Amino acid sequence: MLNQKDILSTIEMIDQQHLDIRTITMGISLLSCCDPDPVRACEKIYEKITRSAERLVRTGEDIEREFGIPIVNKRISVTPMALVAGASETEDYVPFALALDRAAKTCGVNFIGGYSALVQKGMTKADEKLIRSIPEALDRTELVCSSVNVGSTKAGINMDAVALMGRIIKATADATADRDGLGCAKLVVFCNAVEDNPFMAGAFHGVGEAERVINVGVSGPGVVHHALQAVKGQPFDVVAETVKKTAFRVTRMGQLVAQEASRRLDTPFGIVDLSLAPTPAIGDSVARILEEMGLETCGTHGTTAALALLNDAVKKGGVMASSSVGGLSGAFIPVSEDEGMIAAARAGTLCLDKLEAMTCVCSVGLDMIAVPGDTPAETISAIIADEAAIGMVNCKTTAVRLLPAPGKTVGDTIEMGGLLGSAPVMPVHPESSADFIARGGRIPAPMHSLKN
Amino acid sequence: MNAIVTVVGQDRVGIIAAVCTKLAGYHVNILDISQTILQGSFTMVMAVDVGAASAPFGELQSALAALGEEMGLSIRIQREEIFNAMHTI
Repeated sequence: MLNQKDILSTIEMIDQQHLDIRTITMGISLLSCCDPDPVRACEKIYEKITRSAERLVRTGEDIEREFGIPIVNKRISVTPMALVAGASETEDYVPFALALDRAAKTCGVNFIGGYSALVQKGMTKADEKLIRSIPEALDRTELVCSSVNVGSTKAGINMDAVALMGRIIKATADATADRDGLGCAKLVVFCNAVEDNPFMAGAFHGVGEAERVINVGVSGPGVVHHALQAVKGQPFDVVAETVKKTAFRVTRMGQLVAQEASRRLDTPFGIVDLSLAPTPAIGDSVARILEEMGLETCGTHGTTAALALLNDAVKKGGVMASSSVGGLSGAFIPVSEDEGMIAAARAGTLCLDKLEAMTCVCSVGLDMIAVPGDTPAETISAIIADEAAIGMVNCKTTAVRLLPAPGKTVGDTIEMGGLLGSAPVMPVHPESSADFIARGGRIPAPMHSLKN
Repeated sequence: MNAIVTVVGQDRVGIIAAVCTKLAGYHVNILDISQTILQGSFTMVMAVDVGAASAPFGELQSALAALGEEMGLSIRIQREEIFNAMHTI
């Protein structure tokens, strides 16, 4: 029998500590929509998505109501669009993005991911056409998210793609300059991208996945923070155990919701992503967890070690609570989406170099970081290359989602609103990386990629 | 199907009576009640069976929330599975 204390503690987690399910994401394969006629292909894409995800939002809301747990986002991920659009005889891929946007609006979801290309080893003509269309696609759509995988531990880093993505990010910022360069918040550059990630903007439905699948991303920085407040001053062993126990509970709830959604939507359950995803709300911050461990401000010395412990304990606690763990699974450190990170960046304690170090020990990478609008494309490419190198060598996913803020410089802030939050513009090194990026070619895969 | 009703707020005369009457009106059977005053707040947890309820879950939920608003309390009903998932292995 349940006891009163447990029941009330769950309610307190939901009411006061921002416990929620961050996203239910339905992955849909679009491989069956390939067609030489681009108009027909777009029709098939729209039809398949709207038919497959017709009940997604309503079902999410039903579960939310019955279990009394907020499900913040309902989303869709699709097959990387370059693979689908590549079959069509056309130079213009923007209509494919428009079809995704229309379908997402019809379904009522708040984002659709998969306007993507996987170019870690080389670019097909379709990949290149898709990448070059990203600025216009993100300008003309509202809900479409785009991602490009430029490297992997197996393939190395495609430096031609890295160079191109620097220019594409700048062009996307310029295309959406009237909205503070908002387009870049929907564009991620990956190394070792995963095929079952439910989180935006990097979600896509991998080619190794089934026809349809339900993936769930949990959250809960506020709950972890609250739990750690009860063990002030105690050794790290205690901290790790506390985080594990909390992550276990949070993940069990994610597993329950995932199974329920899978059953009601008659769609196979894919994975639960054990990520601590912050929001800009007070009390829902990963940075504040690190500070709770004894750091005056996130970004000071000790931050990387604190994050390493947190990231590992979240996984260890969560892994037993779910029948299938996947996606990115770890702590996220998106600057603009985390109230504590925003404060630390504003104070100047948290800088780009420290964030890069932090990405060595947590999931994902340099995320939602505003940089000056006049940052050269080559500098952005070099930042991507550094981040991809960390991912490649450490066999982990890394990503870059930079926001060059048009017309803004260090000291300014860009406001995106909602879950995307606001970001203080952070300085980048002024010294040039142009000759480095101009080389092109490929950085070979590391020795330990040769495992066979 | 079992659910958990929680009632939290300022203590006053007639809370249990009002909640029980409302539940009875929807043909919801009460399986267990525990009630206490926690840090000055009236706190009640009820396990109920909504299997034979005369209205859909959403409607029952709205009716309880409305009663809560009327009485200045927070009243919610949630399916039991969520608590089991989080607190039992």
